[in-house]
Amino acid sequence: MEERKGRKKKVLLMGKSGSGKSSMRSIVFSNYVAKDTRRLGATIDVEHSHVRFLGNLTLNLWDCGGQDAFMENYLATQRDHVFRNVEVLIYVFDVESREFERDLITYSSCIEALRDNSSNARIFCLIHKMDLVQTELRERLFNERRDVLESRSLGLSITCFQTSIWDETLYKAWAGIVYTLIPNLPQLETHLHRFASIADAEEVILFERTTFLVISHVTRSSIPNPFPDRFEKISNIVKQFKQSCSKMASNFTAFELRAAGFSAFIDVLTPNTYILVVMPAGAAESATTLMNIAVARKHFEKLERDSSVRGVEKLERDSSVKGVETGGGGAGGVGEKDGIYGN
Amino acid sequence: MPLSSSSSSSSEQFSCRPPPTPPYNPIPINSKMDCSASSQSTKKNSYSLERFLQEPASPSPRTAHKSGYRPHSSMSRSQALQSPTSSVGTYPGLGQASNRRPRLLLMGQRRSGKSSISSVVFHKMPPTETLFLESTTRIQKDPIQLVPIFVLERGFIANIWLLHSSFMDFQVWDFPGQLNFLDPTFDFDHIFGELGALIWVIDAQDEYLEPLSNLHTTIIAIQRFYPAINIEVFVHKVDGLSDEYKLDTQRDIMQRTQDELSDNGLDNVQVSYHLTSIYDHSIFEAFSKVIQKLIPQLGTLENLLNVLCSNSGIEKAFLFDVLSKIYIATDSSPVDMQSYEICSDYIDVIVDVSEIYGYDRKPQGQVSSPTSEAPSETQQEEEEATLEASSIIRLQNGMVLYLREINKYLALICLMRKDSIERQGLVDFNVQVFQNALQRVFEVGR
Repeated sequence: MEERKGRKKKVLLMGKSGSGKSSMRSIVFSNYVAKDTRRLGATIDVEHSHVRFLGNLTLNLWDCGGQDAFMENYLATQRDHVFRNVEVLIYVFDVESREFERDLITYSSCIEALRDNSSNARIFCLIHKMDLVQTELRERLFNERRDVLESRSLGLSITCFQTSIWDETLYKAWAGIVYTLIPNLPQLETHLHRFASIADAEEVILFERTTFLVISHVTRSSIPNPFPDRFEKISNIVKQFKQSCSKMASNFTAFELRAAGFSAFIDVLTPNTYILVVMPAGAAESATTLMNIAVARKHFEKLERDSSVRGVEKLERDSSVKGVETGGGGAGGVGEKDGIYGN
Repeated sequence: MPLSSSSSSSSEQFSCRPPPTPPYNPIPINSKMDCSASSQSTKKNSYSLERFLQEPASPSPRTAHKSGYRPHSSMSRSQALQSPTSSVGTYPGLGQASNRRPRLLLMGQRRSGKSSISSVVFHKMPPTETLFLESTTRIQKDPIQLVPIFVLERGFIANIWLLHSSFMDFQVWDFPGQLNFLDPTFDFDHIFGELGALIWVIDAQDEYLEPLSNLHTTIIAIQRFYPAINIEVFVHKVDGLSDEYKLDTQRDIMQRTQDELSDNGLDNVQVSYHLTSIYDHSIFEAFSKVIQKLIPQLGTLENLLNVLCSNSGIEKAFLFDVLSKIYIATDSSPVDMQSYEICSDYIDVIVDVSEIYGYDRKPQGQVSSPTSEAPSETQQEEEEATLEASSIIRLQNGMVLYLREINKYLALICLMRKDSIERQGLVDFNVQVFQNALQRVFEVGR
């Protein structure tokens, strides 16, 4: 129980009024479409929301209204209350802001308050509304802003992302943020690697179920994919499609695509995750891959349940990733092969 | 199995019956012209649609040529202006060899949204990004789809984009100011001679009386020489308008047009109206309707789809043009917007995912070869796979979306219940039969 408590991570979402904090939050966590965010009004004071992420990780999201009066309040009377025990500070800058200098002053005071109260917090700066900048100028502007921000962060290390709710950059930033918070990540990645090699998959991506943020990915293809930003692109694509499914009062459960050069499968893995498996052409029948996912499902569920128990070794011992051998067998060279079904 | 056999026999029936042939003989396509007129990629499939889709009825361009309506000087001038690299041979193709595909022309006032429409529908540009589109005064170079042709006419600059989309020619023609039809240098035949449909875009959020009078002038002028052209009016930018206001606007535009035309003694002109917006699916829906009118085989296609649906437990089937997400045929059950939307979004997913993972893996051959032990079989499979992609999405409410690539441009998308897909072998087989039938329909059409 105590550990459960410990896994509640306080995330502060701050920035000037109208910079897009609540819009972002609604899209990532509440399944809004970008268009719907027009309906959102101003956030008054702090809106708390608890987001269960991956089942055992709860994000305690503090969406702090950004009007000057509130800001002063946070920095003065509520200073301790707001800035204590913070795991992550996400500071949002409106790229179109006319008073960037003033934003910076507020930013610096927030950083100062954060340094005093929770010195270990990670800081992420999002340069938001990048869609309003012409494509050619985006990179340069972002770099400029990043340099300025780094110089104003009192020596603390910060991570900057350029974002827009209208494209996949939003998912890139949030996946990057959430990635740092997942507790049993190395373990998860080991198992994902093993699954990928047993299934002989070209690429395996693990997504969180509700947000469809990328948790982890394994790439085994020798030819580099020309899209380095494909993970967040897929998040975006699937999210869009989920949205259109919801118009039919439904949700999608499984996706399968067999095309010329590859086949792709998206399926539910655990109650909290989806998995995308990309197979090279002609490597295996669809049924084989689906069977592989089904077999891996139990294992990953167990992994998720056990993740509260410390000790990677224990899990390593327990783990018996079962898989259906695909292709000629050369690829599935993993020690434990109990429960392998031949084709 | 009995189900499937009945499907095959009945579809054969359909394909044996010759589809409605166009009232005139198609002009033999000069092979050279053909190659240059179509983009490089269109020749890969032996049965691509474009060859067989002819305009239902447009006056033979040859005779129009002889009438001398096209002054020689203007022709050579415009030819001289086109860039030599992008479209050698394409331009003459406009007048002669290109009566293979339905040709659409998009016209309207400045800033009515023509470029945005073509970007969204044919270019997959997100609607929000159309804000950045500059007014069409310069040529947008696009190596694949848009072949820009710059025509300088007296008094105005027209910018024509020729879009070699999957199975239709598509032009955006943007002209600021009044079009003077009496101007002898105006190359009338060149623009309207081959046209299947004229799409006139009216900005519903703007003052529309002046554009409307331009529309009337244009209709009257066209009707004289080319009565076969379908006139389609897009009452555009209706997002943001209330439903009532939308309909009022449409009614007003219809009324005014009707009055104006009957004043000029043109009572029987068919003008269709569509409420459109690039921010939802209405623009695609409208285009679908426009295109469907121009496909002579539509009846046959619908029948085939009906047979397929009834024999495979499919609730709704669409034949989509993948690139533009326009459906060129559907079965005869009523189309509800929802299923169209989900199918169209489904295409987005397929196209996007394919784009991400469909990169060239050729060098990988050495890597994967040791794993594939039965080379002949797998190779055959691979070859089959290159022909058609297939996909299934299962939804929580028990519905299943089934997609099958029919050829390079067309995809069949079916909506069905979960129990129907349990007999997936049957569905696959029936779709295969449907695909063959479709191919034969188009072969007969040739």
